Amino acid sequence: MPGLEDLYREIILDHYRNPRNRGELETPPAVRTEGFNPLCGDEIVVYLDVDDDGTVRDIRIGGTGCSISQSSASMMSAAVKGKTIDEVRALTRSFKSMMSVHESTLDAEGEGSESDGADAEPAADVPLGDLEALRGVVKFPVRIKCATLAWNTLLQAADEATAD
Amino acid sequence: MTDVTTTSDAAGDGTFDVAKVRADFPILERESHGRPIVFLDSAASSQKPRAVIEAMDRYYETINANVHRGVYEIAEAATNAMEAARVRVGRFIGAPKPATEVIFTKNATESLNLVARSWGAANLGPGDAVVLTQLEHHANIVPWFQLQAEKGFEIRWIPLTPDARLDLTDIDRLLDGAKLLALTAMSNVTGTLTPVRELTERAHAAGALVSLDACQYVPHLATDVAALGVDFASFSAHKMLGPTGLGVLWGREELLDAMPPFLGGGGMILNVTLDGFTPADLPAKFEAGTPPIAETIGLHAAIDYLDALGMAAVREHEVSVTAYAMRTLTERFGEQLTIHGPSEPAARGGVLSMALEGVHPHDLSQVLDQHAVCVRPGHHCAKPLMAVLGVGATARASFYVYNDTDDVDALADALGEAASFFTF
Repeated sequence: MPGLEDLYREIILDHYRNPRNRGELETPPAVRTEGFNPLCGDEIVVYLDVDDDGTVRDIRIGGTGCSISQSSASMMSAAVKGKTIDEVRALTRSFKSMMSVHESTLDAEGEGSESDGADAEPAADVPLGDLEALRGVVKFPVRIKCATLAWNTLLQAADEATAD
Repeated sequence: MTDVTTTSDAAGDGTFDVAKVRADFPILERESHGRPIVFLDSAASSQKPRAVIEAMDRYYETINANVHRGVYEIAEAATNAMEAARVRVGRFIGAPKPATEVIFTKNATESLNLVARSWGAANLGPGDAVVLTQLEHHANIVPWFQLQAEKGFEIRWIPLTPDARLDLTDIDRLLDGAKLLALTAMSNVTGTLTPVRELTERAHAAGALVSLDACQYVPHLATDVAALGVDFASFSAHKMLGPTGLGVLWGREELLDAMPPFLGGGGMILNVTLDGFTPADLPAKFEAGTPPIAETIGLHAAIDYLDALGMAAVREHEVSVTAYAMRTLTERFGEQLTIHGPSEPAARGGVLSMALEGVHPHDLSQVLDQHAVCVRPGHHCAKPLMAVLGVGATARASFYVYNDTDDVDALADALGEAASFFTF
């Protein structure tokens, strides 16, 4: 049975207590996108500034949310700064792959499922670094949307920033 | 286990025995994360007593057959059982004509949609107004927005006071020229009890009908739709010890008679030809397709159970547990904990929407789960209300007949654990 320590790893709590890259950026040049979690009402705002070469010059995070959504957004912001948009998309794919619920979880009749998502290896060979700490979220399926909210909002921002 | 009858004024007549009640609910025997389960989410869906589960099993094992069609013995028995349930439901809420005025739906959301799509579509147009309150659940908001897009009427909102009661300062202006007041009898977020009778009198004086969302009311307080004076009342079986999959719409017979059918299909017609159809009489007119038969029988058993407890005793017990909870939590957490809604237990239902400083409701509920305390985080399908309260989400604990002061103590202990886990 998954315990709280599987979910609330120390690095997650650190990012929750001391979120990186909080704030706003001027738009333009930055783009601004909003994401909502319809289940809990959480809201994430991503400001993404991409330079002419397609590299993330700066990113800021706004909005409110739980420790999982806020720490995920914070770690995400630290991870994507300086990366190209292609690298950002690859990282997002890796992260979302780690967060995907496998059918075995749902087959277990919801009764203290033994499936722990350990087989949910990243699809791409993009190292996730600190973001690995969020792997335990998979054991708490309702919270997966919390973890992926910032990333879906980032993808929208990346699309907008590169749409010309 | 604390026996509330000896430690509080749970039942004025001394007959409300919460330990005995708890023994009737098989699920309360289970553990969660290795601890006895503390179920505090009845505002979302209540647990079911053995009597309800067994009544439904008995139906499937002995008289399972479709209703209103077969002429064989068990089909007649199934029909009779469902119609007996209809009358039982009607009597429970004081319906003047239970056999025709009680409509079975799939849930209260469908009941509220039926009012909008049938009565609303036939009676609302440009220049008309529907009055809602800022307490409403999405189920009593979205159908009106959907209909508004087609019919072009105005939607007005009764605002709230700081403690989430209805602010009736401008009520006469809001009701002026309105055709319908659609309001909740009790908020599923703040527990606010609304002055239904007073508002109904004012609405009727202004020429408006009243549609009541009674989902959080009928399970917890003795209900008399005739005495309240409302024109429609919607509620669901699963919040009142009954099964999921069954809602109820009660409406005044002459209104229901004049309304067009909502869903079309088998069961709701008197005749169908190549040229068209003639709808059936009430209540069949609004019950297209095979109804949830076993569920109506389950609801019948749930009402028998509640009536045996006595709705006055149920209410008294819940006020007692709510008062104990508000006192205990305030003493223990002080300013650190906000409980939204009226501060007076008698002015509210047993629904506590909480904000613990520094802990997001989602995280709070996750820690509570580890202590086997089941509460609900989120916006509770009332986002406009959450915006008025100035929060995105709350963690909601709600009480029912099987909850006692031990449950409150377990909640308080778990809240303490959450506070120390996240405070820095």
